[in-house]
Amino acid sequence: MKRKDYSGIAVAVPVTIPYVRYSTHEAHWWLARVLRELIQGAGIKKSDIDGLCVSSFSLVPDTAVGLMQHLGMSPRWLDHIPMGGASGVVAMRRAARAVQAGDASIVACIAGDTNHVASFRLMLGGFSAFARDATFPYGAGGPNGSFAMITDAYMRRYNVKREDFAKLCVAQRDNALKFPHALFKKPLTIEEYMNARPIADPLHLFDCVMPCAGAEGYLVMSAEKAAELGLKSARILSTIERHNAMPDDPMQLTGGWVLDRDEFYGMAGVTTKDIDFIQTYDDYPVIALMQMEDLGFCAKGEGSAFVQSNSFTLDGTLPANTSGGQLSVGQAGAAGGYIGMVETIRQLTGQALGNPVPDAEIGLVSGFGMINYDRGICTGAAILAKGD
Amino acid sequence: MSALLNTLATALSGGNVRIVDLTQTLSPDFPAIVLPPEMGQSQPFRQEAISKYDDRGPGWYWNNFTLGEHTGTHFDAPIHWVSGRDLPNNAVDTMPAAHFMAPACVLDCTKESAENPDFLLTAEWIKAWEAKHGQIPKGAWVLMRTGWSKHLTDRNDAVAYQNMDATGQHTPGPDTEAVLFLVKERDVIGFGTETIGTDAGQGFHLKPPYPCHYYMHGAGKYGLQCLTNLDQLPTTGAMIVAAPLKLRQGSGSPLRVFALVEEA
Amino acid sequence: MANPLNRPSRKNPIVKTRLPTLPPTTRGRFALGLTAAATEGRFELQVCADCGAVQYPPREACNQCLSVELKWTPQSGAGELIATTVLHHSNDLFYRDRMPWRIGMVRLDAANDKGPSVVAHLHGDVGEAPSRVRLTARLDRSGQAVIYALPEKETPNMADDPQYRETTCDPKFRKVLVTDGKTALGQAVVKALAAAGADLIWVGQAEPWKMSPGLDKLREFPQVAIVPLDVTDADSVNKLAAEIGGKVDIVVNTAELHRSGGIGDRDNTDTARREMDVNYFGLLRLGQSFGGAMKFRAADGQSSAVAWVNLLSIYALSNFAPHGTYSASKAAALSLSQCLRTELGAAGVRVINVFPGPIDDEWNQLLPPPKLGASVVASAIVKALKDGVEDVYPGDVAQEWLTKYRENPKVLELELRGGGM
Repeated sequence: MKRKDYSGIAVAVPVTIPYVRYSTHEAHWWLARVLRELIQGAGIKKSDIDGLCVSSFSLVPDTAVGLMQHLGMSPRWLDHIPMGGASGVVAMRRAARAVQAGDASIVACIAGDTNHVASFRLMLGGFSAFARDATFPYGAGGPNGSFAMITDAYMRRYNVKREDFAKLCVAQRDNALKFPHALFKKPLTIEEYMNARPIADPLHLFDCVMPCAGAEGYLVMSAEKAAELGLKSARILSTIERHNAMPDDPMQLTGGWVLDRDEFYGMAGVTTKDIDFIQTYDDYPVIALMQMEDLGFCAKGEGSAFVQSNSFTLDGTLPANTSGGQLSVGQAGAAGGYIGMVETIRQLTGQALGNPVPDAEIGLVSGFGMINYDRGICTGAAILAKGD
Repeated sequence: MSALLNTLATALSGGNVRIVDLTQTLSPDFPAIVLPPEMGQSQPFRQEAISKYDDRGPGWYWNNFTLGEHTGTHFDAPIHWVSGRDLPNNAVDTMPAAHFMAPACVLDCTKESAENPDFLLTAEWIKAWEAKHGQIPKGAWVLMRTGWSKHLTDRNDAVAYQNMDATGQHTPGPDTEAVLFLVKERDVIGFGTETIGTDAGQGFHLKPPYPCHYYMHGAGKYGLQCLTNLDQLPTTGAMIVAAPLKLRQGSGSPLRVFALVEEA
Repeated sequence: MANPLNRPSRKNPIVKTRLPTLPPTTRGRFALGLTAAATEGRFELQVCADCGAVQYPPREACNQCLSVELKWTPQSGAGELIATTVLHHSNDLFYRDRMPWRIGMVRLDAANDKGPSVVAHLHGDVGEAPSRVRLTARLDRSGQAVIYALPEKETPNMADDPQYRETTCDPKFRKVLVTDGKTALGQAVVKALAAAGADLIWVGQAEPWKMSPGLDKLREFPQVAIVPLDVTDADSVNKLAAEIGGKVDIVVNTAELHRSGGIGDRDNTDTARREMDVNYFGLLRLGQSFGGAMKFRAADGQSSAVAWVNLLSIYALSNFAPHGTYSASKAAALSLSQCLRTELGAAGVRVINVFPGPIDDEWNQLLPPPKLGASVVASAIVKALKDGVEDVYPGDVAQEWLTKYRENPKVLELELRGGGM
């Protein structure tokens, strides 16, 4: 059976609450701020939000439910999406279907996390049952250790070099220099990347994101509602998600995108050549590269050559992570799963914050999340287009 | 106060009568009697603080201790030995209080014991002593001075004090004839030693085994063991105070034993 | 090959002693099966009773057929190393003190080629990926199991690899107290420790006036020092702890008192009390006197305080009436050693319980063979230290009891009651 498309749905009001390295506030503070800006940005009342998708790690012991009482919200539709880096895409899928079905009219999709000095360390050991039992006791390197092994295997299998990752990281930093909210404001050179201190071989300092506090959000509603409110919005051409794909692969060298790729582009009615920019989930450059391959921008194993033949900068070929991505803006917990989506909406609605991609009509945003044991097990992607 | 005790009191305070402590300090290190391992064993002295001005009792210090009746410097009652088991008033709680004090004769066998750890005190030796120092009076303690206690007091050498090898303990003591002479001919109150038994270390091989225990206790006499400071006593004329703890049907007891010695 | 360990230099008295930390300790209940097997030196993973799929990480249901019948089953550990990393950064205090640290991903061999992928610590002699390795479960300093990848074949000085040594209690270059050197077993333990490269062995001697010819022979070993120690005397234990407690890396508590007989064989509690005084209270006194300093020194360099070995008895598991009071004292000691394990474990010091069957000594004269030679038990103790396990059951009798005990402790008790053993 053919899947129903996402026509008639508008995605609007991209909000980023500027990140800080450490915050003494709780997640509730960050989520309240993003929700408030969404309401103000849309020119609506608080009670007009009748649906919410919430993603946050540091909200514990609360969930989306507790947050509603905390913030005095009474939505008729509520979803808590604990999918980390895939949250931004998955929230949009859920919200779009709710609006299509009439279960909600305006859904606020929000993600945010605080970052106390000890937050990241404390989260690692209890991240998942498998992490607690089978990765954390092995040096407690956190995601660095796991992605280092993925990177090691990937580099050997597909003959990828550190220089290839360097190019991605440097390009993203170039983009970040034009984005006001990026925490990294100094240019990065290939040489600095190559000479950075090792974190977990083959990963070095600039392969790793910096944990920070922040929040992101956007609204999902019908196109009619967006027009009624006078909001600039983007359309959803297609979107997919997949969990625990290919569990028998010894290492994660391929992500779940490949399973649904053809249908994904089929629904959107576009090919990779039509994509004006991409927002990959970039917790580590190897994952960004994996997405380019697995979403069909180049053949599997040709990532190295592909990287060397593109610039990924705002004014170059295939602009990627146009705000600088998590590698240059910072990783604000679950908001890291939203950063690409919010930036995509900004680019497609003419609201870029000083870093516009020229003539951007169609953008692809990809999500990847939850290193439950040895690999990220949530993947998602969406193709958005400029609104009518 | 009677004139006699008044005189004693004056003599004690004036230093004309000196008290000599004949007791070894009870400590966990003090060697315990050795029996074959399959037999019942005497508990060695053990001491543990109940509190010591600490959270167990902030203002006071006191201990619990455990030990066998025959530990450290101790007293043997007739009931200790099978030969004395049926005698009247044979335990430490029933013995006549009058027996708590008695004069002492000190038999100095230091030289012989130094030459031969298995030295046996004989009746002949005692008679020779009497020839020099007079007859041992009835009801007197006979204390065999060997210098053996100095292994502990001077050299802290429990191994030498026990002096064991594969054939057992080698320490001096009386032979059978000597014991019979003291019991039958002299009617002493008891026999005391510096070693860990009133019998010689090899006393098991005498006839009967452990003759001093056998005949002394069989005749209602007492024993004193692990004595020290016998070298501070006159050969005759010291008064021994040896009052064991009043343990119900006790076979013996550690005690503070001391002597009153009149200064020359 | 690993670089052979050097004898550590003397401790610098003005450098602060590194305090003990533990690697991550928390595990889910369903993951404890890995640790339970590792305490006895086995590498077990869950295997689905219905479809045979090997599972990892530990879980509650089969990832192939959703059966909840998962049985912990010994594994060969053969597999292929497919990725490695050297961690230069850790969020955990234990590992921060020990950076860099090398881990890898190993694909376990499986008939259907669906062997699980296992994150493992790497022995230093494991090469780069891809290469063949064998996995083994080891207890880390937290007392929890972790999986180590070892080279497929033995390499020289394997035990000296610093990363691997963090899971062993190897006596090499360590200072050991053997609490009773007067028994044949105590003497055999001293010799085995000397052969294993112990740096210094203090050998306890109670009641020095009771001769022990074997003890005198130990004086010929240059690393042996005979010291007064009577575990029934708190003063004696305290005095020795005050002298050497700050140096002892391993305690091997060989002090025991064993008499045959049960309740009806004697008219008083004297013998039973003495058994308890040595076997139970002796352990308590030693723990009170030596435990604190050992905990403090649990991360004190290459030759830190690391282990405490208790000589128990297989009779600790179930009472053997002909040696009834002895059995009871050993059961009490077992329980107390579990308390000690919790307390010392908080600093990473391992408590190893040894449950031998009857030892071939004078107190088991009337028991039929097989009986264990002292050197066999001594070897088992040194092997347990090298393997870093928690529980060892030397000898055929102990193994048989253990098997029966594991199958059904009540049946074992009934069998013993009926004289069926």
